[in-house]
Amino acid sequence: MEERELLPHLFRTEHRKIVSVLCYLFGIEHIEIAEDIVSDTFLAATELWSIKGVPENPTAWLYTVAKNKTKNHLKRHAFFEQKLSADIKYSSPKAAELEIDLSTKNIADSQLAMIFTVCDPCLSNESQIALALNLLCGFGIQEIADAFLTNKEVIYKRLKRAKDKLKEENIKIEQPTLSQINNRLEIVLTTLYLLFSEGYYSTSQNTVLRKDLCAEAIRLTYLLRDNPTTNTPAVNALLALMCFHSSRFEARTDQNGEIILYEEQDETLWSQELIEQGTYFLRCAATGNILSKYHLEAGIAYWHTQKEDSLEKWDSILQLYNQLLILEYSPIAALNRTFALAKTGGKQQAILEAEKLNLYGNHFYYSLLGNLYTGIDDTKALERFESAYQLAHSNADKAIITKNMDRLKAKENST
Amino acid sequence: MNDFLLIFRRDFKGKEAQLSPQQMQDSIKEWQNWFGGIAAQNKLARPLQRWDIDGKVVKSDKHVINGPYAEIKESIGGLIIIKAADYDEAVEIAQGCPILKLGGNVEVRKAVSVEDHP
Repeated sequence: MEERELLPHLFRTEHRKIVSVLCYLFGIEHIEIAEDIVSDTFLAATELWSIKGVPENPTAWLYTVAKNKTKNHLKRHAFFEQKLSADIKYSSPKAAELEIDLSTKNIADSQLAMIFTVCDPCLSNESQIALALNLLCGFGIQEIADAFLTNKEVIYKRLKRAKDKLKEENIKIEQPTLSQINNRLEIVLTTLYLLFSEGYYSTSQNTVLRKDLCAEAIRLTYLLRDNPTTNTPAVNALLALMCFHSSRFEARTDQNGEIILYEEQDETLWSQELIEQGTYFLRCAATGNILSKYHLEAGIAYWHTQKEDSLEKWDSILQLYNQLLILEYSPIAALNRTFALAKTGGKQQAILEAEKLNLYGNHFYYSLLGNLYTGIDDTKALERFESAYQLAHSNADKAIITKNMDRLKAKENST
Repeated sequence: MNDFLLIFRRDFKGKEAQLSPQQMQDSIKEWQNWFGGIAAQNKLARPLQRWDIDGKVVKSDKHVINGPYAEIKESIGGLIIIKAADYDEAVEIAQGCPILKLGGNVEVRKAVSVEDHP
């Protein structure tokens, strides 16, 4: 790896680990101290490495410096003996002997404990995701702002409020108990699912950033799978879902970052490795008696890894969407179900059901109607696409709609 | 939007009423598609609930009989609660119910709300 890429890379991979371990050690009320120490460590690295060159083992260097800075900090602060030391879980007689454990196992334990802290129900979903990106994924405020398509100020405030809330509620950073896992795992999975979607469906033009978001969501879900107490069927199903979606990452945008529709994707670019991994996780998910929405969505995503159109494929997708909607309504699932219905029952039947969906104001709804009317009633199709165009916000969506309209117009002119 | 109760009734236990495995398979799909279509309109008011086929009936003299029959051979196969603007819309949805193809019927009942009794 080139030197100028090394530090950002280490920042991404190591920052979160050291922050987790220190937070785990200090408790949530001293979260800023932990962050300051890690920031100082990276600052020192930036200064020293540019003068003296990169050390032989940069990661070990960072760990050693972070440990020393922690010890110095604890020594410097008089309040250590009275205040902070009382909070430290690993009781040790003196700051100098304090064990700062940066072993692989303790990093994993710390991160798992942090996931459950960050997903505490006292925080909103938005705050949970922002905090997860910041503390668990090592994303800077600017990057989070880019991902959410907002400005730094908003994210800064959101993070500050979230951290204050955790302190106020005195949330402990600890290994989740069995009952906490049962109660909280669903929220944790929702956060990870939203984190992944943020990356996968974000309209941000920054492809690298979006890929990173997805990779982080997968990494954190994998962390849950790696721990026997959190390795549940739903976790495996979510992981399968993420793998299936990610398998198309390279094929779904062109060089200009424009979205390539599923039907037009070059499937040789689909990652067979990720598809196989997803299939494996989906098989692992097929135990127990709880059918989560992740099972259903992973099933749908699995069928989308089969490019060939077949009645079996679309009928399976339709049945899975039926179950998904019965479990939990969402407009996008309603639209996708109707598309699957067109593939199995024909466009006429799908139009009848689509007209009942009541999703005026949603440009995807008009795009779906445009697609369904194409070839049945092209004038109506064009009208629907025009409505979709009026409602669409992003340039990417508008570009796709324009393409559909151009195709229809070209057909009209040729006849 | 009002809540409406749709009750599906049919003769489930009579010999001639039994479905072949293939019919059953097709029927499951039809039910799923019908439920899915209602859910896609966000008109399922409550989660789906399966009901057993045993049942008991309390008669007017408080006497309890086993079995789900009221007076006739038909019994309730299931029920769902949907959201619809009025009886017309609820009935239109009910007309798509697969039980009709099996000789059954659907009873539609509107939930009584506070506004109905000002």
